[in-house]
Amino acid sequence: MAIAEVEKQGVGVSMLRKEDDRLLRGRGQFVGDVRLAGMKDVAFVRSPIAHARVKGVHPPEDLRSQVVTAADLEGVKPIRAVSGLAGFKPSDQPVLAFEKVRQVGELLAMCVADTRAAAEDIAARVELDLEELPAVHDMIAARDKDAPLLHEDWGDNVFLETFVDVNIEAAFDAPIKITREIKTARQSMAPMEGRGTVAYWDKRMEQLVLISGSQMPHIVRTGLAECLGLGQHQVRIVSPDVGGGFGYKGILLPEDICLGWYAMRCGHPVRWIEDRREHLTAGANCREHHYVITAYADRDGKLRGIDCEATVDSGAYSSYPFSACLEAAQVASILPGPYDFPSYRCRTWSVATNKCPILPYRGVARTGVCYALELVLDAVAREAGLEPHEVRLKNLVQPDQMPFDNITRKHFDSGDYPEALQRAIEAIDVKAIRERQKRGEENGRLIGVGHSIYCEQGAHGTSVYSGWGIPMVPGHEQATARMTPDGGLELRVGVHSHGQSMETTLPQIAHEILGIDISKIKLVHGDTEYTPYSTGSWGSRCAVMAGGAVAAASRDVASRARKIGAHLLQVHVDDVELVGGRVKGPSGSVSLEEIAHTWYRLPQNLPDDVDPRGLEGTVGHKPKRDTGTFSYAAHAAVVAVDPENGDIEILDYVIVEDGGKLINPMVVDGQIYGGLAQGIGTALYEEMNFDSSGQPLASTFADYLLPGPTEVPAPRLDHMETVSPYTEFGVKGIGEGGAIAPPAAIGNAVNDALKDLGAELVRTPMTPRRVLEAIFAATNADSQDHSDRGGRT
Amino acid sequence: MKPVNFDYARPKDVAGVISLIGDESRVVKILAGGQSLGPMLNMRLVQPDLVVDITGIEELRQVEDRADEVGIGGCVTHSDIEDLRVADVTRGALPKVAAGIAYRAVRNRGTIGGSITHADPSADWISILSAIGATVTLRGPDGVRSLAVEDYMLGALEADLRLGELLVSVNVPKLGPAARWGYYKSCRKTGEFAHAIGAFLIDPDRDVCRAVFGATESKPLVVSEAGDLIGRTGERDLAQGFDSRRADELIRDNGMNDPIDRQIHVAALRRALEQSGTV
Ligand SMILES: Cc1cc2nc3c(=O)[nH]c(=O)nc-3n(C[C@H](O)[C@H](O)[C@H](O)COP(=O)(O)OP(=O)(O)OC[C@H]3O[C@@H](n4cnc5c(N)ncnc54)[C@H](O)[C@@H]3O)c2cc1C
Repeated sequence: MAIAEVEKQGVGVSMLRKEDDRLLRGRGQFVGDVRLAGMKDVAFVRSPIAHARVKGVHPPEDLRSQVVTAADLEGVKPIRAVSGLAGFKPSDQPVLAFEKVRQVGELLAMCVADTRAAAEDIAARVELDLEELPAVHDMIAARDKDAPLLHEDWGDNVFLETFVDVNIEAAFDAPIKITREIKTARQSMAPMEGRGTVAYWDKRMEQLVLISGSQMPHIVRTGLAECLGLGQHQVRIVSPDVGGGFGYKGILLPEDICLGWYAMRCGHPVRWIEDRREHLTAGANCREHHYVITAYADRDGKLRGIDCEATVDSGAYSSYPFSACLEAAQVASILPGPYDFPSYRCRTWSVATNKCPILPYRGVARTGVCYALELVLDAVAREAGLEPHEVRLKNLVQPDQMPFDNITRKHFDSGDYPEALQRAIEAIDVKAIRERQKRGEENGRLIGVGHSIYCEQGAHGTSVYSGWGIPMVPGHEQATARMTPDGGLELRVGVHSHGQSMETTLPQIAHEILGIDISKIKLVHGDTEYTPYSTGSWGSRCAVMAGGAVAAASRDVASRARKIGAHLLQVHVDDVELVGGRVKGPSGSVSLEEIAHTWYRLPQNLPDDVDPRGLEGTVGHKPKRDTGTFSYAAHAAVVAVDPENGDIEILDYVIVEDGGKLINPMVVDGQIYGGLAQGIGTALYEEMNFDSSGQPLASTFADYLLPGPTEVPAPRLDHMETVSPYTEFGVKGIGEGGAIAPPAAIGNAVNDALKDLGAELVRTPMTPRRVLEAIFAATNADSQDHSDRGGRT
Repeated sequence: MKPVNFDYARPKDVAGVISLIGDESRVVKILAGGQSLGPMLNMRLVQPDLVVDITGIEELRQVEDRADEVGIGGCVTHSDIEDLRVADVTRGALPKVAAGIAYRAVRNRGTIGGSITHADPSADWISILSAIGATVTLRGPDGVRSLAVEDYMLGALEADLRLGELLVSVNVPKLGPAARWGYYKSCRKTGEFAHAIGAFLIDPDRDVCRAVFGATESKPLVVSEAGDLIGRTGERDLAQGFDSRRADELIRDNGMNDPIDRQIHVAALRRALEQSGTV
């Protein structure tokens, strides 16, 4: 009975989340909840201009001691995130700007007062002498010879250019050639909790302590120590509960360095809580891609090649640690997606503009890539007169090709992509939709069905990241497992949960091996003082890497517990097994509680040759291959487009997902729902626009639209479980996938709805205005030239 | 995003308000539900010396039943109307529109007087109240004056409010038993600024037929004799059909140059008409 009960907690069980007991009762501890005696608040003076020479920053004389400017920050190094890729031009992101500002919102001074309001009063009195320079607001124009320069010593505005060509010429004689210019809007990832930092100097520990919601506390510690010239033992990063990160909370911010510098000198804690205007206009930007992409295909839909020029608007600086070129350089290697075709060429540019640095956002680069490729494939299908899924099925990598090295040498570990797509097509019932389209809608709306498929490389490790040469290369992931004297377990990991449910899922893994009741397994994370070094939570890596490490550490402890247990049972260790939290011999058994009690409290009862490492161990883990797990999903959507006012309604949404072995299927569903919401935001709502002087045009959520509960449909989910041959339990990383495919699936559905009008949308978000512009353009083109394929907006 | 320091007063009656807001030497702002003023204070778009909170004034929360209209106090909230705590004389129009304003949390605090004084072109009250033919009553140091809702709004974020005046009530006519109305808002999600609003009222007993194009660049375009637009010939006739070409011309003549804008505004009005069961 007890064992049956216990079995319901291991790998594969949809347990409720342990952390929810705290979070859903409002008992979470976020940075904004931290109260320290004597703490003062910070407000920053930020540049109101996108590009300017800094002639002077003048604090009011009477408040000089409460204002920090660049001149004060002696010895502080700028943030520098280089890439080892050939030709990369590094940028120095100043902690407080001096010489030049290169984006609206760039920091010019820090003001400290008893309250945030009083700090803002001071900030309003700091006088700025800025000489405006022409701004670079368009990434394509930024590459022009006569474009104004952000970093004058570069000679141009290009962080990095890359080029790959695999026999593209062989595709040129293909009978179908489709070219599209495709754009994804600049976005702002919008975790509910913005950034925030509390900093103080701990006199006893002689340590700078930063309490800051961070996905990667150890990386922030390294970067911060380097900028401030401190030894890493002198810096401690505590990441408490984190209200969503999505990439933004992996970044080392100049704000953090300012607060750290000040806290070392002022004798009291200081706090900065980012407000939403700072978040939208100065901090969190992502996603802006531009593609000119050509698909070559045979009449039967078989792809002959893909040729692409991709540009990513990288913003003003290379941010730490991911650098300014992660997106664009990735585009070239991941654009082929899950397809097998013989010819490929891709040129990419990471371009500097007078905007916020581009940051990695859930699905990094993949959302744009999937949108570009999948839209073009649908255009091929329309040209060939085939159903879009028929074209995909002709080109998807087949299960019998696994493991498969694709045209850019990405190593697919396992999977059955055609099966996922077929299930999605059946579930969404393309046939029924085609019938419905023939009948038409009473209210005049146009129905469309669309789908998309992608692969998500997760937990890619040393061999992949050493190639990028950025400040952070993941190696072995470590975990510590330590039994407590009462038979409980502590797990210590260097990754941090910002919504991933790791306080539940990692204990599930330890439970699977040790059988300890989950309520007695505590995850310790989010503090550099207590956890092994780790690159942290990013790249869909925690389940594979930290999960693998927890499994290894648990096994290590299990083997030592078995030895002690065997001794207590007076049998040979080969004759015992650890089941359900008990070490069992041929007759009789002893519980882990008793074993722990013996090790810690009754050492006199241990054998003389007991392993002195006891019931605690730190073990490192890497999958058998570190090129990453490949999870994937097929998304399918039905939309209704109102051709009169441009509204788009999602009528149905299906996701068939394969994440390998699922540690906790309910948690996976949650990740997919959340990702889908963000993907719908990309598809239909979210857009961070700039005017030609580089001013961001959205500074509140009234201007920057996010989907809400009424805009996100309940998707129908279906799971496949093709295990990875390389990882513990066969798990694959799935954290980002939900956000990758929706713009493409919805975009294809919209274009399907509009196809009889000859209209096609090729940029996100697909707003009512863009729908109508496309229809207007098609109608006008139609009246001029019937052979023209119509407007694309 | 924290407001500047300001003084705060919460008078008990309208006279108390008038004596405070007429002071030219200070920047004084009236605070009702705070749903528009609050964000503006936080973003320091307004930096008042004194904020006068009018939500403690009983008179402004009351509804007065008059012969052919009701006077709704300026501080009556959207949800008061939605939940029918205010008797409805508009055959469901006001409660229905109220329920479509923002989220419940905003409706619990936001007031009818605050909304039309804030004069956001894409707000709901300004359009539906113009269609219904409501008026506002303002009281100030020089006494009382009344004007049509659409005249009270001068332009985007600008109301005809003189120094020392406040809005005390919104006066809504009692509609006849045969009255029909329609209201259509083009927007993708709750809380988004509307792209277009169409509002329509036909009340044969009072010989009223009004149409409104709302959510324009500025104040709504009110067609007070809308019979033409819908092919109505006699006093008691309903419509023969909506003349979308005329509607399009009308808004173009009023400065709406963008054809996409015109299309969604004409569509919004046509849908309002359809909803009213008139066409
Ligand atoms: C998230 C959100 C979504 C929203 N969505 C919508 C929507 O979908 N549709 C919509 O119509 N509105 C919407 N609004 C606006 C909302 O309806 C506000 O309540 C309304 O605009 C202002 O009313 P208030 O009572 O809060 O006024 P306040 O914010 O207190 O005041 C607004 C202005 O009016 C002045 N004022 C207030 N009362 C008086 C008075 N009696 N006499 C003179 N001056 C006065 C104030 O000085 C101030 O200038 C939304 C607001 C928010 C925050």
